[in-house]
Amino acid sequence: MASNVDALYIFLLIVTALMTTLIFVAILYFAARYRRQPGVRAEQIEGSIPLELTWSIIPFCVFMVIFLWGAVVYFKGRTPPRDATEVYVVAKQWMWKLEHAEGQREINALHVPVGRDVKLIMTSQDVIHSFFVPAFRMKQDVLPGRYTMAWFHATKPGTYHLFCAEYCGTQHSGMIGDIVVLEPAQYEAWMSGGSTGPLSATGEKVFAELGCSTCHRTDSQGRGPNLQGVFGKPVQLEDGRTVTADENYLRECILDPGAKRVKGFQPIMPTFQGLVSEEQLNALIAYVKSLSSAKAAGSGLAAAVDVPEKVPAGAAAKGSQVQ
Amino acid sequence: MPDSQAAAAHAEAHNPALLHHFATEEQQRDSASLGMWIFLATEVMFFGGLFCAYLIYRRWYFPDFAAASKSINVTLGATNTAVLICSSLTVVLAIWAAQTARRALLIAMLVLTMIFGCAFLGIKGIEYKDKFEEHHVPGASFSFDHVPIPGHPDQYANPQHAQIFFALYFVMTGLHALHMIIGLGLFTWLLYATWKGRFTPEYHTPLEIGGLYWHFVDIIWIYLFPLLYLIDRHP
Amino acid sequence: MATANNPQGERPNYLNKEYGVWSWLLTTDHKRIALLYLISITFFFFIGGFFALLIRLELMTPASDLVQADTYNKLFTMHGMVMVFFFLIPSIPAVLGNFLVPMMIGAKDLAFPRINLLSWYLYIIGGVMMLHCMLTGGVDTGWTFYTPFSTAFTNTKIVEAGLAIFVAGFSSILTGLNFVVTIHRMRAPGMTWSRLPLFIWAHYATSIIQILGTPVVAITIVLVAAERTLHLGIFDPKLGGDPLLFQHLFWFYSHPAVYIMILPSMGVVTEIIACFSRKRIFGYNFVALSSIAIAVFGFLVWAHHMFVAGMSVYAAFVFSLLSYAVAVPSAIKVFNWTATLYKGSIHYDAPMLYAFGFLGLFTIGGLTGLFLACLGIDVHVTDTYFVVAHFHYIMVGGAVMGYLGGMHFWWPKISGKLYPEGWARLAALIVFIGFNLTFFPQFILGYLGMPRRYADYSHMPEFQILNVFSTAGATVLGVGYLLPMIYFLWSMRYGKPAPDNPWNAAGLEWKTPSPPPTFNFEEEPVVTWEAYNYEVLDAPSNNKEEVPVAR
Repeated sequence: MASNVDALYIFLLIVTALMTTLIFVAILYFAARYRRQPGVRAEQIEGSIPLELTWSIIPFCVFMVIFLWGAVVYFKGRTPPRDATEVYVVAKQWMWKLEHAEGQREINALHVPVGRDVKLIMTSQDVIHSFFVPAFRMKQDVLPGRYTMAWFHATKPGTYHLFCAEYCGTQHSGMIGDIVVLEPAQYEAWMSGGSTGPLSATGEKVFAELGCSTCHRTDSQGRGPNLQGVFGKPVQLEDGRTVTADENYLRECILDPGAKRVKGFQPIMPTFQGLVSEEQLNALIAYVKSLSSAKAAGSGLAAAVDVPEKVPAGAAAKGSQVQ
Repeated sequence: MPDSQAAAAHAEAHNPALLHHFATEEQQRDSASLGMWIFLATEVMFFGGLFCAYLIYRRWYFPDFAAASKSINVTLGATNTAVLICSSLTVVLAIWAAQTARRALLIAMLVLTMIFGCAFLGIKGIEYKDKFEEHHVPGASFSFDHVPIPGHPDQYANPQHAQIFFALYFVMTGLHALHMIIGLGLFTWLLYATWKGRFTPEYHTPLEIGGLYWHFVDIIWIYLFPLLYLIDRHP
Repeated sequence: MATANNPQGERPNYLNKEYGVWSWLLTTDHKRIALLYLISITFFFFIGGFFALLIRLELMTPASDLVQADTYNKLFTMHGMVMVFFFLIPSIPAVLGNFLVPMMIGAKDLAFPRINLLSWYLYIIGGVMMLHCMLTGGVDTGWTFYTPFSTAFTNTKIVEAGLAIFVAGFSSILTGLNFVVTIHRMRAPGMTWSRLPLFIWAHYATSIIQILGTPVVAITIVLVAAERTLHLGIFDPKLGGDPLLFQHLFWFYSHPAVYIMILPSMGVVTEIIACFSRKRIFGYNFVALSSIAIAVFGFLVWAHHMFVAGMSVYAAFVFSLLSYAVAVPSAIKVFNWTATLYKGSIHYDAPMLYAFGFLGLFTIGGLTGLFLACLGIDVHVTDTYFVVAHFHYIMVGGAVMGYLGGMHFWWPKISGKLYPEGWARLAALIVFIGFNLTFFPQFILGYLGMPRRYADYSHMPEFQILNVFSTAGATVLGVGYLLPMIYFLWSMRYGKPAPDNPWNAAGLEWKTPSPPPTFNFEEEPVVTWEAYNYEVLDAPSNNKEEVPVAR
């Protein structure tokens, strides 16, 4: 991914170096060749429309090539792959809090295995920050009040700088960390070193504690929509629109239920604004996502929640060596 | 030639209202007019930022905006609209009076315009007072609980979103009222200048550009009224 | 007529017409107002420059050892605010524009001289407010004062700084308004649009931007102040608002603002290149219309500052495409300036050296803009020193070089004195070298990943060497800027008196004495010639030497 950016960069360097050379050589040559000479007068030249058109259209065509290439690279960079490993990021003044889907929490560091697609689901607790990993040629602003996504695919083990790239106050320059890319075996070893369980399991607990399961039942009797398999699918709203149930939609439903009410349901869901922290929100969303890969579940609280494919079965049991 | 003769000759040479850097009165008049139109363009951009924010939030929070809009007094708003339209009429009549040397009518129309302007501000004051008493002024004592959304009696408006409506309401109408007050100040000066006999059918440019300003303030209100008062209202 | 032997004091001109502080503070003469602005913006330039010096000194070492992080954050904020709003935006229009626009079109003054004076007072009031704000604690949000940091988190004096900028913004609007009306209504007989100097076209385009863009930042500031004091929620997600709305409103002005800063400089450079090549500008129509195109397209590209802000991908496509479109008119200008040199008769006086410097530095700055407009690359380099280098190449390498070139070119007209040419050429060279040494390393720093607005980079000591180069360059640059200050002041007392047209340049302003009388022209000129009529000026029958500059 980063190599795509570098290829584009080198292309641009060559193009601009060529243009610079052309222009500078012309300027310097004319400046020398046509310097004032006694008895020689300047020749008045109005202009030349063919020349104007040439040096407008050709650069514009070159610009369009650059634009298209850049747009393609950008689009890929902003489209996380479907099966990426997910990591939730909460930024705050002045630290990065990260939580793997498997449950490991980190501060100012992110351990990932080499060769795996990693998707970051990020939000801020306070002001705008920006998650910047120069080595991956990746940057995405992290906003309060919503999720922004980014993804990367590390190709070389090592430790890489993580910077905050949106000015956020006094310790903006201190809000840095490390992305630690490990070989798969090392990563598994690191992973097994203690966690509180998968994020989705934490989310399941929060779901129960906050009473969500009272209305969001897994049968059709619930006063709220059944959340099994809802993530990523289109949802019909009361006002006629159809939206996709992504992370931001789920977040909005929890914090502002009336805004995009699902068709066919009464407006009785209370708001949880101020009652739930960013970490709890992340956990809840991870839980709802896990319901999408759940097979036909048991009753009520899905006791045997199938975790997403990436985490091998049985990981809930701590310390198990998984392969 | 001696100074007094020169001064007299100078005074005869052109209208005393002609400023020295202009070649002709027409150039001066055209410049003043173009200048005022450009100034009004800046005012459009100034209010434009607010209208832009309004349109975005209205799109996002329509039901809450509808509920909030319902709570402001459409009768007072409509009255104010009528008041301002009448005041623009009196401005037009004032310019006509100036063009046709009807001094008494000119003064009367200027005074009437200012009375309408004051009436507008008075009615606005009443509205603001009402909003203050209902705790609809954004800030610590804002409250908008259990207000049903028009057409959906079972659903309540989100107070946060309603607060944004009221924030925009107060900033937009407040800015408009400020421009109104400035307009009244302008017209006070125009009244004074008329009283002193400074305007003639040949020269009444300040009246014309003051009139332009007043019409602009009126037009802003004509946009504000339906956008703020008439969201989702049904007869 | 006066000759070089006749001291300027004996001939009535705008400088000696009246003496006394009040004759200056209550003047409505556009030329005096231009000088009032000259003094004020020079003052703010050195304040902003002082902040820059402190920033560069701090960045010589990785640790935050010269100043604390809070102080550093205030330094770069106020460097930006002062330089943008109190130096760059007014600079050329308020000094050279005010002085020359009426003269170039054959008018006695601007359309609204009293509003012109009001403009200056508004600028001063805004400037005093900003000074007070800085002296009583300052602001630490960055000149871009993004929300919600600026509305709900910082404790610094946002409202005061915002109001200072608001007031200065009205100064800018009124200047633009004055220029547009003047150019439309006050041209001398025979001065058709296609005979206007390209300096006028550039200022016309600039004025359009000032008029239409500045009110938007004004209302944005009002909203930020209201949000901060009244907690309205418009930009605060915790209250239902959207921080991205702020960014859109802010950049809707602040992008066109950069064209306010560069267009006048382009106008200056055009005049200089024509004069010192002794020929008309190649492609007059294209250069004129490219200024208008830049003004129009400049309003359509603002969100290229927000490619990683969380905007939709498709919106990003649109803004990237349009950003490439706006690059084309600038490229057209560069090519036309270069073509003007072809078969010219080129003189290397100081103004021309600044123009050459502009050509080189603006080309580099503009080309690096192509990198930033490219979505794939911008993701990596935005919010890093790459951006810092890019905009300094344009604003300092471009706008300030043009400003200095213009000051040298028109100094004889403005002051009636000649500046010392040798020192001027030396200063131009020092500025050019110092500038490149300061800012070129920053492109590299940016691509390597050094973020902007970092007080401390002790975790990345590998960045130090490039920072040291940059700071070394900054000191050289500082010397380069001090020199003209010194010798311009020196020339006012000890400089040789200037002839009416020391450069034998085209343009109505050169048909007046140096310095000009208060009402510019004895009689209203009637124009019957095209712009840049150097073939006439240099015709052998004119019996003038080529560019007789008294040394």
